[in-house]
Amino acid sequence: MPYIVLSLIKLLIVVLVLMHTLAYLQWVERKVIAHVQLRVGPRRVGPHGLLQPLADVIKLVTKEGMLPSHVNTIFYFLAPFIAVLFALIPMCLIPYGGDINVFGIHTTMQVTDVSIGILLVFGLSGMGVYGVALAGWASNNKYSLMGGLRSSAQMISYELPMALAIAAPLLILNTLSFRHIVDGQTGFYFGFIPKWTIFQGPVPQIVSFVLFMVAGFAETNRVPFDLPEAENELVAGFHTEYSSMTFAAFFMAEYANMITVSCIATLLFLGGWHPLWPEQYGSSLLPSLIFGVSGLVCFSHAARPARPFDRITLPVFGVLFLGLAGLFLIPAGQQILMPLFWFGAKTGTILFVFIWVRATLPRFRYDQLMGFAWTFMFPAALINLFVTALGVALS
Amino acid sequence: MDAVLFLIFAAIAVVCALNLVIQTHPIASALSLIGVMASLAAIYLQLGGEFIAAAQLVVYAGAIMVLFVFVIMLLNEGKERKAKRRLWVTIAGLPLLFVFVALIHFMILRVLPPSDSVKFGAFTGGNAEAIGIKLFTAYLLPFEVTSVLILIAIVGAIVLARKEVD
Repeated sequence: MPYIVLSLIKLLIVVLVLMHTLAYLQWVERKVIAHVQLRVGPRRVGPHGLLQPLADVIKLVTKEGMLPSHVNTIFYFLAPFIAVLFALIPMCLIPYGGDINVFGIHTTMQVTDVSIGILLVFGLSGMGVYGVALAGWASNNKYSLMGGLRSSAQMISYELPMALAIAAPLLILNTLSFRHIVDGQTGFYFGFIPKWTIFQGPVPQIVSFVLFMVAGFAETNRVPFDLPEAENELVAGFHTEYSSMTFAAFFMAEYANMITVSCIATLLFLGGWHPLWPEQYGSSLLPSLIFGVSGLVCFSHAARPARPFDRITLPVFGVLFLGLAGLFLIPAGQQILMPLFWFGAKTGTILFVFIWVRATLPRFRYDQLMGFAWTFMFPAALINLFVTALGVALS
Repeated sequence: MDAVLFLIFAAIAVVCALNLVIQTHPIASALSLIGVMASLAAIYLQLGGEFIAAAQLVVYAGAIMVLFVFVIMLLNEGKERKAKRRLWVTIAGLPLLFVFVALIHFMILRVLPPSDSVKFGAFTGGNAEAIGIKLFTAYLLPFEVTSVLILIAIVGAIVLARKEVD
């Protein structure tokens, strides 16, 4: 099959999955935060609010796009475009699994493998700051400008510790390609401790992982570092003047950046698609077990429905879950789905931490944010890099 | 395919560079400069300089230009004011431009050593490992001297910034 056709098919799959993940990530976020705060969250549109993302998309598309009279029109429309563009491009460099054979075609679960993958992703997602900065400036509004300024200052400051935190595991793995990074984390110590970089010798990279995640929170403008859009100070920060689809673009970019950071953390520190424990102890049966039990729980609740429509919806989900469990048991399905399961599980856990932190922590003060970056994160990352380099040199 | 992509990125780079000079607003000029840097990175990538391409994107198009944009936004400068042109500038401007272009053309044709046409994919020494080895063996002295130079610049900037506070 020609390279271009294959790449287009892979791109289509990545785009479809990514867009649905973006929409439902927002639903998950609202639900999780609601439950943390003892509310129930969205539940009007569809069962348990499952169709809420669809309703949101329709709302955002059909809303009137306001164009304030005082904005700089070209840059005003360029900004959301830049933000979305540089949030989505890194997705096609990230591998989601190893090599697979589908219908006799041997390929990799990645749109394209470049030898400088991690640098390129880092560079491209760094360009996303222009979207936020330009939006703040072009809106010609003091709150937006403050948001844009804060964002660019924050991005420059946190990019440094982030780059240093990435450099430390790269010293151990000795490559820049995502595929080789994951290959370097294959195997287990004593047969059960995975050789992920956070556990791998000579220097386990737990400190780098924590630093990377903290910097990742700042880079994606998430709580507790969401100073660029601090509602109680800046109305809505850099996107105050945006409405309808242009606002949705910034929203999408933020969630896409979150997913990118989670994917990089998974690939670089958590062993990518390698399982948590070896296959001989039954790690390949875990997905079937989870989905099978979920299916049975659905059926048992459908037998004693709490609400009238549960009699219809729950068996549907039960059959779906059992079907998934079956797919994980047949060898052909296992070969494709197992890496995706572990990759998705790890990325999903990190995304959950993003949401969990948002529901828990208050926002930093601006001077605290900058002081934290330069007086704690930067020296800590430097010392960590030095210790790692020493360990690698001595071993 | 390679030649077409090269031409596209080269065209983007040239148009952005012209736009950088023509635009009267500093933000528009800064954005054009980012366009130049990004398309140069794409061209480096095509010619086999993978690491240089990534460095160009991370350092120039990313970090340095963010600082530029940040400062422009902080000062919130408006459009530049046009100064009145002198008479001889108006008259001699275009002919001098032609002379300049002709000089460069002459330099490339006669003074510089003749070179072969570019072959895409012929150069393979552009990965991080090859560049690292070169930097720490053949070009160790220039590399270290440059880092000292940057250190001097940083110390100088801090000294200048401190004076103003006192």
